[in-house]
Amino acid sequence: MTTFTMARATLLKDLRLEWRSKDAINSMLFFALLVVVVFSFAFNPTAEESRHIAGGLVWVALLFAAIFALNQTWARELRNQVLDAYRVSPAPPNALFLAKAIGNFLFVVVLEVMMTPLFVVFYSLRSVGPVWQLIVVALLGTWALVVNGTFFAALSIRTRSREIMLPLILFPISIPALLAMVDATTSILTGDASPDFWIKMLAVYDVVFTAVCLLLFETVLNAE
Amino acid sequence: MTGPSDLPSPPVIVLENLVKFFGRFAALRGISASFAPGRLYVILGDNGAGKSTLLRIVTGLMQPSQGKVTLLGAGSIREVAHRVGYMAHAPLLYDELSGMENLRYFAGLYGLHDDNVCERAMTMVGLDPELSRRIGQYSQGMRQRLSLARAVLHDPELILLDEPFSNVDVRSAREMAAVLGRVRDKGKTIFVVTHQAALMEGIADEFVHMTAGQIVAREATARKANAQVETPS
Repeated sequence: MTTFTMARATLLKDLRLEWRSKDAINSMLFFALLVVVVFSFAFNPTAEESRHIAGGLVWVALLFAAIFALNQTWARELRNQVLDAYRVSPAPPNALFLAKAIGNFLFVVVLEVMMTPLFVVFYSLRSVGPVWQLIVVALLGTWALVVNGTFFAALSIRTRSREIMLPLILFPISIPALLAMVDATTSILTGDASPDFWIKMLAVYDVVFTAVCLLLFETVLNAE
Repeated sequence: MTGPSDLPSPPVIVLENLVKFFGRFAALRGISASFAPGRLYVILGDNGAGKSTLLRIVTGLMQPSQGKVTLLGAGSIREVAHRVGYMAHAPLLYDELSGMENLRYFAGLYGLHDDNVCERAMTMVGLDPELSRRIGQYSQGMRQRLSLARAVLHDPELILLDEPFSNVDVRSAREMAAVLGRVRDKGKTIFVVTHQAALMEGIADEFVHMTAGQIVAREATARKANAQVETPS
């Protein structure tokens, strides 16, 4: 059994659990929807203004919304102490991490797909730059958020106030990625500058943090 | 000359000076013991005696502060994880999945992808594999049975059970105890932590008494003594 086969089994199980409970997706959707509507009424931006602020708004909304999914990821493993059943099995710890990270990635991508039409309507958004670049930034940026988020959510599962701990640890470490996501998105939407540097930075961030998380996850999983 | 079959079987678990501290509280205070294979051990003791802590250290879920555990001849528990089954006080099951879905997932973690394995495990503990209810809707007794099925579905040599009869009605508990007896008769080694010693009388080979983080007595039962008389080494 390879790590990927085990990861696939865990991912399918998580997707089934989420399909039945809809805990993560409902919370994320509700939160993101509130942010879009409230900010739209608070600023009432023109199309030109929207292009300048949308990058920041979209990613901050997604970052906060993703916290719900990230907390839920491990909360469901702590109910009935199911995580212990995984820990005593011969399954590799990294398979669990990969499954959780990919699961969170899918949940946030689904959220992005659902929120995009709303952003376009509420903020009269039209991209000056190529839309395919926005998709690349969205995928790289989402992975940056979830890979660290999944790791730090695992790190905070044994702390008493884990819902508070996760953003406290995650947000500072996500600042370089957030900066790259916002600047890349704004560059594409306004067409003012090339987003290439920021996209490369995101790619490097993703590779580095994925490797670090995979290297350290077993220690985190077995920490007391 | 002594043939290999005449040699005594190596111990399944060897504990060497096992100590566990939680802060300044010593939950285990220098436990050294070894346990032979193919027997059913019942660990007894008051709350806080260190029974569950001992089991969690043996499974590798907890690290000892001092000392060493050798499990099935291996120094690292991960090496022999596929040969060990563990049932905790909590059910270790997903409430949102059915019994078969739960077992299928956990069987997959042991590299088993045959539904027959899961069905056999469910039948062995007296549950219907066709039951499509999510286990969140199971009674406590049914959850405990399914939890036992999860612990044994990969046919482990060593089975560690923490309070398997808690919140289970007397009839179900007796049935579970009988299942454990049958599993032991197949040559498996079983450790049961319980407060209900009476349930295991006539089934257990040895009662291990723990007090304040130490093993204070090991009491072989008549069953074990009979077995030794019948099969002299």
